[in-house]
Amino acid sequence: MAMGTVHPSIAVLERHLTLYRRLWRASVFSSFVLPVLFVISMGMGVGGYIGSVQGVDYLSWIVPGVVASTAFQMAVGESTYSVLGDFKWVRAYHAMRATPVRPDDIVTGHLLYLLFRVTTAVLAFLLVVLFFDALHSPWAVTIPLVCALLTVATAAPVMAFAASIEHDSHFALLFRFVMIPAALFSGVFFPIEQLPALVRPVAYVSPLWHSVELCRSATLGIAPPWPIAAHVGCLLLWALAGTAMAAYRFRRRLED
Amino acid sequence: MSWHVAEQPLIFARDLVKRFGDFTAVKGIDVEVAPGEAFGFLGPNGAGKSSTMRMISCVSAPTSGELRILGMDPVRDGTRIRARLGVCPQLDNLDPDLSVRENLTTYARYFGLSRAEGRRRADELLEFVQLSDRAGSMVEPLSGGMKRRLTIARAMINEPDIVLLDEPTTGLDPQARHLLWERLFRLKQRGTTLVLTTHYMDEAEQLCDRLVVMDGGKIVAEGSPRSLIETYSTAEVVELRFPDGLDSNADYAAKLDGIGERVDPLPDRVLLYADDGDAAVAAVHGRGLVPSSVLVRRATLEDVFLHLTGRTLVD
Amino acid sequence: MMTTLVARRVARVSPARVGAVIGRNVGALRSGPAYWIVLVSGFFEPLLYLLSIGVGVGALVGDLTVAGRTMSYAAFVAPAMLAVSAMSGALSETTFNVFFKLKYMKTYEAVLATPVRPVEIAFGELVWATVRGSLYTGIFLGIMVALGLATVGGALAAFPATVLVSLAFGAVGLAISTLMRGWQDFDLMTTGQFALFLFSGTFSPVQNYPVWMEVLIQVTPLYHAVELVRGLCLSTYEPGLAGHAAYLIAMVTAGLWFAARRMEKLLCR
Repeated sequence: MAMGTVHPSIAVLERHLTLYRRLWRASVFSSFVLPVLFVISMGMGVGGYIGSVQGVDYLSWIVPGVVASTAFQMAVGESTYSVLGDFKWVRAYHAMRATPVRPDDIVTGHLLYLLFRVTTAVLAFLLVVLFFDALHSPWAVTIPLVCALLTVATAAPVMAFAASIEHDSHFALLFRFVMIPAALFSGVFFPIEQLPALVRPVAYVSPLWHSVELCRSATLGIAPPWPIAAHVGCLLLWALAGTAMAAYRFRRRLED
Repeated sequence: MSWHVAEQPLIFARDLVKRFGDFTAVKGIDVEVAPGEAFGFLGPNGAGKSSTMRMISCVSAPTSGELRILGMDPVRDGTRIRARLGVCPQLDNLDPDLSVRENLTTYARYFGLSRAEGRRRADELLEFVQLSDRAGSMVEPLSGGMKRRLTIARAMINEPDIVLLDEPTTGLDPQARHLLWERLFRLKQRGTTLVLTTHYMDEAEQLCDRLVVMDGGKIVAEGSPRSLIETYSTAEVVELRFPDGLDSNADYAAKLDGIGERVDPLPDRVLLYADDGDAAVAAVHGRGLVPSSVLVRRATLEDVFLHLTGRTLVD
Repeated sequence: MMTTLVARRVARVSPARVGAVIGRNVGALRSGPAYWIVLVSGFFEPLLYLLSIGVGVGALVGDLTVAGRTMSYAAFVAPAMLAVSAMSGALSETTFNVFFKLKYMKTYEAVLATPVRPVEIAFGELVWATVRGSLYTGIFLGIMVALGLATVGGALAAFPATVLVSLAFGAVGLAISTLMRGWQDFDLMTTGQFALFLFSGTFSPVQNYPVWMEVLIQVTPLYHAVELVRGLCLSTYEPGLAGHAAYLIAMVTAGLWFAARRMEKLLCR
């Protein structure tokens, strides 16, 4: 038997890439064009009425927020319908389960695919904003790493959620009550110090806020509000706990 | 017969039990499948066939009892066992957004095959299941029979030691079924071990060297199709219809008592089990009864099946 | 029986049958609590944007002077979010749901086996979408008044305008859903919708953009919706408002006409 020339999680990644090769055109707008439009509308449009925030122009201030928020929204969006679909309608996970591919490999393969998707989108975005003169520090090269960590920290718990529901209308609730509020109140558009003291701790919990602060400190070359290790630690905690949850949920659902 | 020769069985189950909460789907069954054999699980829906298959395919763990697949323990060595199984599930789970060929090459990678090897086998298998001309098309427009053939090709991509087929022809039209049977027969001739579940008697007769009849989570009979018929039925069956039948078939059955081995009144006809059908028909006429139609046929597994699992076939 | 046959021949929209189409939608509400929450909470996103951008970013912006009037940034953004909630409420009903019914559930084929005609389906769906959009704008206007971002008079004047906005986008949404090829097309539509959301004078006055962009924006529909609703909310009545209203009315007519024709083609082959 020819065995072990490719790791099962890589085989799962390849399946996602084969699918993506057919569908990438539809995602060009949402992954590459929208973030840039966002920067133009908010940074240039609204920014025209804002002098400076933390010593820089508003556009430069929101660019790192928008890049992290893009990674965040991709990670959520790509871990919902497609995951539930592969359990319920396509049953691709059941097909994989009949082979040497284990549930853990399915989770890892999906996360690897998301890392590919997010990293390409982040790099393209950084390239564009370079021309807007929005990157003020060479530390900006660390942004893809921060966004990669954010992707796992976000996608893994969402995958665990997708693996434990039966009906897709739950996703609409997830988007409306978790994803969009997180995207709007995690320091992307205004400093979270402006939030009422009661709400602020919610932002501290959000993996997006930690990434926004890390990305901002990277593009502006300033120190983040918490020690870097604390921000990274929070993201790691989400990533590890989320991955464990997802693996557990996938095992349970494929076992029955 | 060759399968009795003491070769190590590929599948070995002793007192195998599967429980889901309070419900016991499989109530202690013993099964042995030898290399090269075509083995069938026959039974009505809910008999426990699919639960047994899921345990054999190492997807669901047995609640109790002993199970060895390819000499290994499915709980501990599940991954290694699955590497050598081919599974054709009851519900198609092909990737609808991939092409026919990509479905095979993608699947090959799950078994760790190199890309070149995956492509080579994909082309070969597409030839085998007669889908070469559809290699580049999407899965969605394929007919049910084509999809099932593709699933079987996919199950063979790793050149498995055992191919598991869960109701392989359920829902297919007659032509598609016959084509599929013919392909599976070829597989069998190549020496591949087939394990299948079915509730079609003709399918079991066509494909299986040996089978077990399951009912209510238990095995109620075991043997080759022929030996099962010999054990549980007569050689021939006479089907009689009477002009005023329907309500009075029970009365006719009483009048036929003593002819053949057994008389079974159905709502629309009366079955007469006898080793010599023509003699039985003569005896019927001898009693002055005039059926509106008479059919003498060989006994089939269906007669065995209905005899063993009762008339109330839940479908 | 006879009356049905006669009614079938009369080329006239029957309110009863339009009502039946709406009734089916109301009945579908019983399908589960999740759908209910999704439906009722439709005003939630525009509200969050109002709080985040209007209030949060507004604190950075301070006051805004547009066309000689000074107002808080939140007061500028709020009417735009109101128009957006009418748009997205009506659009999500007439695109996602109608497309799903057209293509997958075959609801309409079953409906058309009855005397209901395609144009009546279009009307029914549009009315339902408008009810949904107006529900959101009604709630949203209440919140605006409570937050001091609109006067009661302004809110009362703006409400009918938001109904018109719902009708306009609902009708266009119907037309779009008859052109959709698959779910991938929704990605395109959502992107287009989001681009409108970003640039239609929602977060900053269009006069700030380069002239070519300003002209481009003035061709697109959400701009007119925002301008109309904002003018009425802030009680700045000017002749331009009539122009915006005319644009929206044209959308209703054209969208409905096109959608009915396409549906006839798709369903009565």
